[in-house]
Amino acid sequence: MTADIHIIGIGLRGPGLLNWPTAREILLHGGFESLRETPPGVARLLPPTERRRATTVTRLALDVAEEALGHYDPSKVSSLFTSSGGEVGIVHEIFNTLSGPDRRLSPTAFHNSVHNAAAGYWSIASGCRMPTDSLCAYDDSFGSGLLEGLLRLQEPQDRILLVAYDVPAPYPISAHRSMTSAFAVSLLLSKDPKDQAMASINWRYLPNSAPALPLKDPALEALRSTNPAARALPLLEVIAKKQAHTVVVGVGMQGSLSLEVRPCY
Amino acid sequence: MKSKGSKRSKPLRSMWPLSVVDYTLTNALGLGRAATQEGFLNHRSGLKPCDFEGVNFVTTIGRVDGIEQHALPEAFKAYDGRNNRLAHLALLQDGFMSRVAALRQSLGAHRIGVILGTSTSGILESERAYTQRDPISGALPADFHYRETQNTFATADFIRRILQLEGPALTVSTACSSSAKVFVNAARWLEANLCDAVVVAGVDSLCLTTLFGFHSLDLLSEEPSRPCAIDRAGISIGEAAGFAVVTPFNPKVGRLTVLGAGESSDAHHMSSPHPEGLGAAMAMTGCLKTAKVDPKEVDFILLHGTATRTNDPAEDRAICQVLGEGNHAASIKGHIGHTLGAAGIMNALTACIALEGGFTPGTLHTETIDPSIRSQVALKPNIHEPLRTILSNAFGFGGSNACLLMGLHHDS
Repeated sequence: MTADIHIIGIGLRGPGLLNWPTAREILLHGGFESLRETPPGVARLLPPTERRRATTVTRLALDVAEEALGHYDPSKVSSLFTSSGGEVGIVHEIFNTLSGPDRRLSPTAFHNSVHNAAAGYWSIASGCRMPTDSLCAYDDSFGSGLLEGLLRLQEPQDRILLVAYDVPAPYPISAHRSMTSAFAVSLLLSKDPKDQAMASINWRYLPNSAPALPLKDPALEALRSTNPAARALPLLEVIAKKQAHTVVVGVGMQGSLSLEVRPCY
Repeated sequence: MKSKGSKRSKPLRSMWPLSVVDYTLTNALGLGRAATQEGFLNHRSGLKPCDFEGVNFVTTIGRVDGIEQHALPEAFKAYDGRNNRLAHLALLQDGFMSRVAALRQSLGAHRIGVILGTSTSGILESERAYTQRDPISGALPADFHYRETQNTFATADFIRRILQLEGPALTVSTACSSSAKVFVNAARWLEANLCDAVVVAGVDSLCLTTLFGFHSLDLLSEEPSRPCAIDRAGISIGEAAGFAVVTPFNPKVGRLTVLGAGESSDAHHMSSPHPEGLGAAMAMTGCLKTAKVDPKEVDFILLHGTATRTNDPAEDRAICQVLGEGNHAASIKGHIGHTLGAAGIMNALTACIALEGGFTPGTLHTETIDPSIRSQVALKPNIHEPLRTILSNAFGFGGSNACLLMGLHHDS
């Protein structure tokens, strides 16, 4: 079925989740420990000067992007970034500075504070000049990003790298936006049936929101329900278990995306 | 699920062109289309010396009057803040809200989407809340509403709710290209039949983060910005809100169109454009390709034209590569300032005003054009006939570029 979209790469970082293979094991066999740290970002593909400048959020996003890409040439895959809070840490620092006696900002802090900082650094890291996007749909940022990614796969050879990431905001914003831990996931999507796929999906946009089924593991469910990027977990669980299953993710805080997932061996 | 899902397997229509069936814009020139049109025709600037509370350096800003006095409807109290007020004030102009209501009646609320481009969202409210933190606990004041003001989705959510729409909603936040890119996202939604019409928007409002931020980069002009001038000295930050309703192309609903669009990334630097305008040229080339329009058929160019030392010559080089030298062009940044996340849609809607009015704006405050600039930069407004296509540029931090080709459909 050529109309299918194939997931041909996954990158992931979360609490105690070092990469997609460790996450897959936990999704299959349990043992998730929510209090463990999310591995710090490395952003290996960035030139050293840019790597020093990039925020922890950006480095986390770049690491999952790199993992999902695998052996594909990063300069030839267009990308799409989505996040609810974006650069919450640097934004907090800016608010702190602006409310203090000396309001001068650091130029690096300012350009790092834009919502598309990760997308911008990724284009520098990858050398990719293809279009990118930087989206937000509050708690539905993952689903809205995935929908845009699916829509952008037009030609049979198209591939697109979707990167969803969110990290807890520092106090006092955290009192108004509670998030237990940092989480980032990247999916490399393809329309090319020749690509080796982990799963294939057939999708439908539904104008109504549909409640997602909670994950059985309460700690994973807490992560899913508080970190918008972790709304990807039910989809990832189905892929890990190689199940044929329909998964629903929210889109735009109103509609939803119904994903009919089929495993590939 | 009550409603039927939309089929997506076969493209029902091609992405371009789109029809622009309605629009309104508010900026430092005033509220609504007429104020902006009059400002262009009379070559009037909305820029004034910066009087924004908390700014302790000299610069010029494009402030929208009346935001401070404007109250949101009672039901939207949690959304109260400069960005949402500006959005609401703009929506009230030109009968825009009532025509969206009529469209909602005919198409159904769930068939109309909302896509907003913004860079600031409502961060001014957070800046203020941080000055009112509890001295002991550090807590923000109780009336702080993160979701409804600071979050990047806040104003998209506000727009959808106030327009009572139930289609998909999304925020695109790619700094100063944001509200040009929204037209591309809308085209995809329409092509995939997720909706029948999309309200595309750009809303960005003054705040200390952008004022102090651009100041830290030494990119703010003390005087009103002079795009493409030999003595240009940086940007004047402005605030603005623009809205358009776009649908798949249908000559019966109006003559204005988005003929095509192109996007690219510089892959060069976070806050400086590629010196040769490489990414910008790619976006323009892509735009003409999707529009199936020959470079010779471009009648006018609305420049990103920020008046920084680096942007204007890089943009000009890109234009010369793609369209050749001597093309007629102008920047409206001297009229309304650089409206950041709203800049893309300000250019696109200026193109609409120009196409409908048969005139092109000039480039305010500029006296002597930088001789390295090979495009023919118009200093004064001009009657321009025939005027059928205007290329509209928007570039942003992170090397994000977007270009739209706006058109006026002629029956032939």
